Amino acid sequence: MGRIALKGLSKNFNDVEVIPPLDLEIADGEFVVFVGPSGCGKSTLLRLIAGLEDASGGNIEIDGQDATNTPPAKRRLAMVFQSYALYPHMTVRKNIAFPLKMAGASRDEIDRKVQAAAASLNLTDYLDRRPGQLSGGQRQRVAIGRAIVREPVAFLFDEPLSNLDAALRVNMRLEISELHQSLKTTMVYVTHDQVEAMTMADKIVVLNAGRIEQVGAPLELYRHPRNLFVAGFIGSPRMNFVNGAGAAAYGAQTVGVRPEHLRVSTQQDEGAWRGRVGVSEHLGSDTFVHVHVDGVGAMNARIGGEMGVGYGDDVWLSPDPDKLHRFDADGMAL
Amino acid sequence: MATAHSRMTARLMISPAVIMLLGWMIVPLSMTLYFSFLRYNLLMPGMEEWIGFTNYEYFLTDPAFFEALGNTLALVGGVLAITVIGGVGLALLLDQPFFGQGVVRILVIAPFFVMPTVSALVWKNMFFHPVNGLFAHAAKGMGMQPFDFLAHAPLLSIILIVAWQWLPFATLILLTAMQSLDSEQQEAAEMDGAGPLSRFIYIVMPHLARAITVVILIQTIFLLSIFAEILVTTNGGPGYASTNIAYLVYAQSLLQFDVGGGSAGGIVAVVLANIVAIFLMRMIGKSLEP
Repeated sequence: MGRIALKGLSKNFNDVEVIPPLDLEIADGEFVVFVGPSGCGKSTLLRLIAGLEDASGGNIEIDGQDATNTPPAKRRLAMVFQSYALYPHMTVRKNIAFPLKMAGASRDEIDRKVQAAAASLNLTDYLDRRPGQLSGGQRQRVAIGRAIVREPVAFLFDEPLSNLDAALRVNMRLEISELHQSLKTTMVYVTHDQVEAMTMADKIVVLNAGRIEQVGAPLELYRHPRNLFVAGFIGSPRMNFVNGAGAAAYGAQTVGVRPEHLRVSTQQDEGAWRGRVGVSEHLGSDTFVHVHVDGVGAMNARIGGEMGVGYGDDVWLSPDPDKLHRFDADGMAL
Repeated sequence: MATAHSRMTARLMISPAVIMLLGWMIVPLSMTLYFSFLRYNLLMPGMEEWIGFTNYEYFLTDPAFFEALGNTLALVGGVLAITVIGGVGLALLLDQPFFGQGVVRILVIAPFFVMPTVSALVWKNMFFHPVNGLFAHAAKGMGMQPFDFLAHAPLLSIILIVAWQWLPFATLILLTAMQSLDSEQQEAAEMDGAGPLSRFIYIVMPHLARAITVVILIQTIFLLSIFAEILVTTNGGPGYASTNIAYLVYAQSLLQFDVGGGSAGGIVAVVLANIVAIFLMRMIGKSLEP
């Protein structure tokens, strides 16, 4: 019902190659997140799937049928935009009804579907308001409602939560995840926020400069990053990297340790990096300390909330040897 | 922020401007009002006397007045229709990316910079002239009789000239409005299955509604007082076929030397303009609501 396959898909803007040819399979009912830094081509990739951009090469298959040259409306996909893209002069009811009206549905059918969508998104009380009279979260829900009524084979989300404040973002994240559980429809979600990617995805696609760096389940990417880029991008706070002599001891060009896999002690420790504590960030459950290690640079370590280290203290950091990531000169994992 | 003291100061500070503007308006208006109640003819100097509403009676029962009123409304309505419809069309075209966009946009705006008398002369002699005009040449080239526009369709000709002058203004305002339309809205509509025509009706036109109201308001103010184009081309004729209220007031006071009657016409014009303004303000108030 919602299988999407990209085969050698590429995109050029004039002479600039934004997306080199790439292949990707999205299974039916899967929640796939495209994640990457700004300008990595993730939104362009989504727009290619939506049909809002023309492919420069390769094919897009939806449910096994070639859809490369199919106009956007005929692809049976629904998209939620970053700016929500609600129609400001229409009421919420008319906004949600718009795709049905364009499809020529009967008035009864439109009414029924709009009511059902509004009820499932808690929008029933707002149906006669205009988008300008709604809060950010409500607008977001209207945009989702407009997508749901079309009963698409797949939903496309283009950074839908980036205009919301932090608390609302957590709520909407849950709501979208719940929506996916109840609809079981394929969802493709674009974000630059790796927390969103980790929490929502069945499968994460990490993109960098238009190339796919790694595809996998969130924990797989966390445990076994294929290269330096993925290792640095997935996980928060980001992984510490050590080059040179410190890395050579482990037989690698670069070694990476996540802050949560560093043991911090105030006593001298064998085979450990010695450093001085800089800023500590107290989050209650955890404390992140920034340690300046001579010859290595700044490192970030997580310690339990109780351990008392202060500014300027000397500490020893030792990595958990099982959780150490080793990389060769090309930045690939060993 | 505003204490009683600062409000006082603010009122004091803006009072010179307000008083000057008020005086600028009140003095000529009250003089016109005064003249309209006098028998005031330039051919009979020194014989002014109070005659009450006689001037109004003559002006309002003059058959020329009703013809002029109809002409004024036709002129305003015709030009508004052409400029709004044409402006939306041109703005749609100019909004597309094409080669030489910058030059074309300047060319489109150019007529707005031509003075009314000049453009009326250009149209009269270069386009409408039954012997030398381009239209006459075109007609002859196709084996037809040249059409004497200003003699046989004077009002239509003037509507065309004025519309030509105001089309750039409408285009410019509507183009900027069109450029402020969120592209994601268009894309969302495209994904929702709206074709180009549906997108125009449901997305572009509602977005332009506000700009169109502004165009209508501003143009109406200027179109009610069209004068130079009529004076240069037809002199209001033949008969009263292309006379509007403004031209009728001119003819009354300066061609028939009847300043009193002209002043009465002027006051009538002010009342009419205000009636139009009330309708417009209602319309605008509705469309400017968020």
